Amino acid sequence: MVQQSLNIERRSATTTPSPGVRHSVEVAKLIDISKCIGCKACQAACMEWNDIRDEVGTCKGVYDNPPDLSAGSWTVMRFSEVEAENGKLEWLIRKDGCMHCADPGCLKACPAPGAIIQHTNGIVDFQQENCTGCGYCITGCPFNIPRLSPKDHKAYKCTLCSDRIGAGLEPACAKTCPTGAIMFGSKKEMIIHAEGRIADLKERGYQNAGLYNPEGVGGTHVMYVLQHADKPELYSGLVKDPQISPLVVFWKGIAKPLMSYGLGVAVLTGIMHYVTVGPNETEEDETEK
Amino acid sequence: MTNHWVDIKNADLILVMGGNAAEAHPCGFKWVTEAKAHRKAKLVVVDPRFTRSAAVADYYAPLRSGTDIAFLGGVINYLVTNNKILHEYVKAYTNATYLVNPAFSFKDGMFSGYDAEHRKYDTETWSYQLGDDGYAIVDETMQDPNCVFQLMKKHFSRYTPELVSKITGTPEKQFLTVCEMIASTAVPDRVMTSMYALGWTQHSVGSENIRCMAMIQLLLGNIGVAGGGINALRGHSNVQGITDMCLFGEKLPGYMTLPTEQDATFGDYVKKWTPKPLRPGQMNYWSNYPKFFVSLMKAWYGQAATQENDFGYDWLPKLEGPSDALAIFERMYQGKVTGFFCQGYNPLAAVANKKKVSIALANLKYLVTIDPLTTETSEFWKNHGELNDVDPAAIQTEVFRLPSTLFAEEEGSYTNSGRVIQWHWKAADGPGESKGDVAIVAGIFVKLREMYAKEGGVSPEPVLQLSWPYHIQDLPSSEELAREISGRSLVGDEAQLTGFGQLRDDGTTACGNWLYGGMWSPAGNLAARRDNSDPSGLGQTLNWGFSWPANRRILYNRASCNLAGKPWDPSRMVIKWNGSKWVGNDIPDMRPDARPDEMVMPFIMQPEGVGRLFALNKMKDGPFPEHYEPFESPLAKNPMHPDTPESKSNPAVRIFMGDIDAFGKPDKFPYVGTTYRLTEHYHYWTKHSKINAILQPEQFVEIGEELAKEKGISSGAKVTVSSNRGFIKAVAVVTKRIKALDVDGRKVHTIGIPIHWGFLGVAKNGYLTNTLTPYVGDATAQTPEFKAFLVNIEKA
Amino acid sequence: MQVTRRQFCKICAAGLGGSSLGLMGYSPGEVLAQTNSFKLTRATETRSTCPYCSVSCGLLIYSMGDRAKNARSEIIHIEGDPDNPVNRGTLCPKGAGLLDMIQSPNRLNYPEVREPGSNGWKRISWDEAFTRIAKHMKADRDENFVTENSAGLKVNRWPTVGVLASSSSINEVGYISHKVLRSLGVVTIDTQARI
Repeated sequence: MVQQSLNIERRSATTTPSPGVRHSVEVAKLIDISKCIGCKACQAACMEWNDIRDEVGTCKGVYDNPPDLSAGSWTVMRFSEVEAENGKLEWLIRKDGCMHCADPGCLKACPAPGAIIQHTNGIVDFQQENCTGCGYCITGCPFNIPRLSPKDHKAYKCTLCSDRIGAGLEPACAKTCPTGAIMFGSKKEMIIHAEGRIADLKERGYQNAGLYNPEGVGGTHVMYVLQHADKPELYSGLVKDPQISPLVVFWKGIAKPLMSYGLGVAVLTGIMHYVTVGPNETEEDETEK
Repeated sequence: MTNHWVDIKNADLILVMGGNAAEAHPCGFKWVTEAKAHRKAKLVVVDPRFTRSAAVADYYAPLRSGTDIAFLGGVINYLVTNNKILHEYVKAYTNATYLVNPAFSFKDGMFSGYDAEHRKYDTETWSYQLGDDGYAIVDETMQDPNCVFQLMKKHFSRYTPELVSKITGTPEKQFLTVCEMIASTAVPDRVMTSMYALGWTQHSVGSENIRCMAMIQLLLGNIGVAGGGINALRGHSNVQGITDMCLFGEKLPGYMTLPTEQDATFGDYVKKWTPKPLRPGQMNYWSNYPKFFVSLMKAWYGQAATQENDFGYDWLPKLEGPSDALAIFERMYQGKVTGFFCQGYNPLAAVANKKKVSIALANLKYLVTIDPLTTETSEFWKNHGELNDVDPAAIQTEVFRLPSTLFAEEEGSYTNSGRVIQWHWKAADGPGESKGDVAIVAGIFVKLREMYAKEGGVSPEPVLQLSWPYHIQDLPSSEELAREISGRSLVGDEAQLTGFGQLRDDGTTACGNWLYGGMWSPAGNLAARRDNSDPSGLGQTLNWGFSWPANRRILYNRASCNLAGKPWDPSRMVIKWNGSKWVGNDIPDMRPDARPDEMVMPFIMQPEGVGRLFALNKMKDGPFPEHYEPFESPLAKNPMHPDTPESKSNPAVRIFMGDIDAFGKPDKFPYVGTTYRLTEHYHYWTKHSKINAILQPEQFVEIGEELAKEKGISSGAKVTVSSNRGFIKAVAVVTKRIKALDVDGRKVHTIGIPIHWGFLGVAKNGYLTNTLTPYVGDATAQTPEFKAFLVNIEKA
Repeated sequence: MQVTRRQFCKICAAGLGGSSLGLMGYSPGEVLAQTNSFKLTRATETRSTCPYCSVSCGLLIYSMGDRAKNARSEIIHIEGDPDNPVNRGTLCPKGAGLLDMIQSPNRLNYPEVREPGSNGWKRISWDEAFTRIAKHMKADRDENFVTENSAGLKVNRWPTVGVLASSSSINEVGYISHKVLRSLGVVTIDTQARI
């Protein structure tokens, strides 16, 4: 059943143009880290609504649990204790999960037709029925979000509760958040709300408070209010200037059009040869984004 | 709570001390973030640990667990010394001007009347000076050395910032910063709210911790006003309601008192509990005691309760001795209890010193547990290895385990922390053959009543005469009970009453709990109301549910106005005098037509009508709070009284034989242990819920980086934490959030011990943390000292 | 942009691994994009209150079925009640996980007894449970009830039984428990509220 209120902007590995007549509001989730108490209600609501349960794990000496995203945990809280030069302790707790990029690297990287779609309201959604389990979305994601399930070998991540939004509700995490650290609305309203929060934080002494809505991925539909927007890496390594992995850009920008001209495997082989004899690179470069 | 959850948004300053609201009450804590967002409010957190509340605080200060009175006493000293009090309020609405018995004294850490042998006070001198007319004598100038204000000033003058810092470990500068922030609310248009919980109650000075803050709030004029108050954030969904129903040995519903052997006759009893006014013209609302009591007896005994038999007074048991959980388990430990019922209560996990509780339970002939879940208590006899090392064959207790339903499988009412009673509806049947708690209680009673009717026995009358007017004898409905609690007339059309104002002492009304009077009025079940409109914008929502008493949302709200009846802060008007009556955004806590010049004071439950800075004889350990060390303290002496060993720890605390020997000393147990809850879990319930088990799967303890380094413990390593009563093993979480404190010239480390794990559940099994805790309680309330005791930690 | 050798091999592997031009975007055919179907469409909604802390958050409980005679309700989802003035639809991690409490494998389904000295539970009927418990109570009460103290004052006290009451049961349970206990002469009563 296609939810009529959610129209499709684009699909992975698909050239058929999407219908583009109907208007839709761009949505966004705003996560205000200065209001977050790290209670993990969002994690609980996410598990409950989406009918996913991770294994009961162990304590690894930190509050983070589950310790990482997985096919059964589409959002996790990441806790970091940061001591400023003046000795003031801050416990920065960031809800990690899909950022729903306007320019989604996962979708660009995905070779399976229709396995990843972007709705016109900004939601990037995985369609597990069409997923081949190749894992390219993982490489394509500048935020390291999608995870393959060991059970069905398909990739999973936050859907921004597209099923709820399609029915006119807010995402489960935003609804449940006890302190209003997660807000949901149109992207425009969320940016205005963030401006108010940032002004308040500046008054309270956070001179570098700001909005995280990175340009490198065309902006995101999950944004953060950060007390220290100049240092996103303080927040458990939030990427400072995320870019889509060069290999995805290559795939979309060169390889795919080449295929389109019918060069197929022969061309691929040619390129491979070119690269093989090209300059050597260190392995570390693989992680360069 | 004197106020209520949503009202927190009206505060200018929020002090979270003695609790961790963000973690334990996240959805109530949202109103803190609203106050910050809409009132530019500041949040201050004072806690031994940098908690999740501290994570979003504007200011955090650490203190050593168990030293809150030193800190708050220092605040009182600061306010009085720097003249940061709301004078008109203090003078008119508190007992600051009252003259105290000249024989009252305080010396070497002890108040007058101390009886060392019985560890208790004769409170005779803790009294007012009374005039010939029976009224208390006041000194409006507050200069008399025996007036409460002067006595208070003198008492707390000892709490200098230097000494406070020496005891609490809070750096002096940080202590003074908190003082300044608190003092900023001494003006009429700024208000502080205090949010506390078990961080204050679970100490041997628990009640005095809270009193100390109540005094501060009175001095600042913050009681009775919107955004103010002293707000106990209660732990269980219906801990407020069950407290109001008074399931305590010494109480009857609505905070009435069970007769004791001193109350030989109905007349003696009623006279004792019906107070005379201590100042002219005051409401002295407890003077209605006979109406509340007789109406209760009519609800319980119906037509069998008559004028002639003193409404069944003789059928009531007369109390002898204490009946708090610690006293109960002490008697059980001594083999003096035959049978025991745990209704949704898991004492093996929840009461101090698991070993003692376990031995006590094994002394029972029979134990009945009523719970939706399997509990450790129900399996106290089962060997779970090191987690519960017992020999089943040696335990002769017969144990019945009765499955009850959960909230979603029943209908009825809960009373929230803000005193709002809310009805809920049934969504599904419980699993298998489970029954609701009412059906279980009724089922046992009906069976027992049959036996007494058929076989006779000792004292059958109160059993056989108990009013049982329910349609289905072994299944009274929640509606029937709610109507009985609320009260009805016994004459005419026997209509439901509109409130406790209609109760009579002549047997013509019946009411199961006067405080809940009017909850089910002729208009129907008011607890089920769902109109959330809020015309004042203060969040009062007067048509949502029903708030006791009389649907009042802010207690003592007369104090939100000055003497002339004008609100201290018109922008936060709760009520006001309009020239002919009290009107406004709440049900006035005042006789509606009491003109301001009649000087009827706001604290209507007190016979003098004012708030008590001096507590008279209402506290067992003193009319003013005093700092005493926890019973297990890392210090050799109480820095307040270094030369008086008797007043090192609270001299009025009851200690049972044997429990003293179980106290540990700092040579073997050098660190301060403190137990607490985590936001991911709820007591010992959610370890049975997979989602919560996933969020926090395994038992851990928290230690500071410095101690970890000293002991060679790395994060994630297994450690053993021991006290003189036992040990637990857990994973170490090494953190910057717990710092060593400089106390009286030495370093004190704290070890944080979350509760929540046990030997049953879907989370990883763990040790019940009350294996470690001492068997000693607060002098007044007998709440065990779970927040400050001595432990050691080693790599496992 | 730099494409490294390893990255490039991965790109190629993707192309080849697909082994179909379809994967290159040539035969989209009926590629359906869909969200999960909304699971509450016709579920029954019941208003309730969270049983955990005393914020007493309003809940919406969703159960399967429309309460028809032949359908047994099963709770499938719980979320916050947006009308409740305190929680306004929010829930903490405990409340948001309530479904797993209701469906906990450790819920009890029937009365059981552990006989003295034994090492296990035995299922019994409610009638047996009530009868055995009532017999224990009556025997103890008749033996240890104190009608009068030494001074001849009626004290009507049953000192050898104790009760700990829940702080999570409804007011109506608290009230009827109190009423019944006092009629029996029970004085040893305490609640979780103390702790």
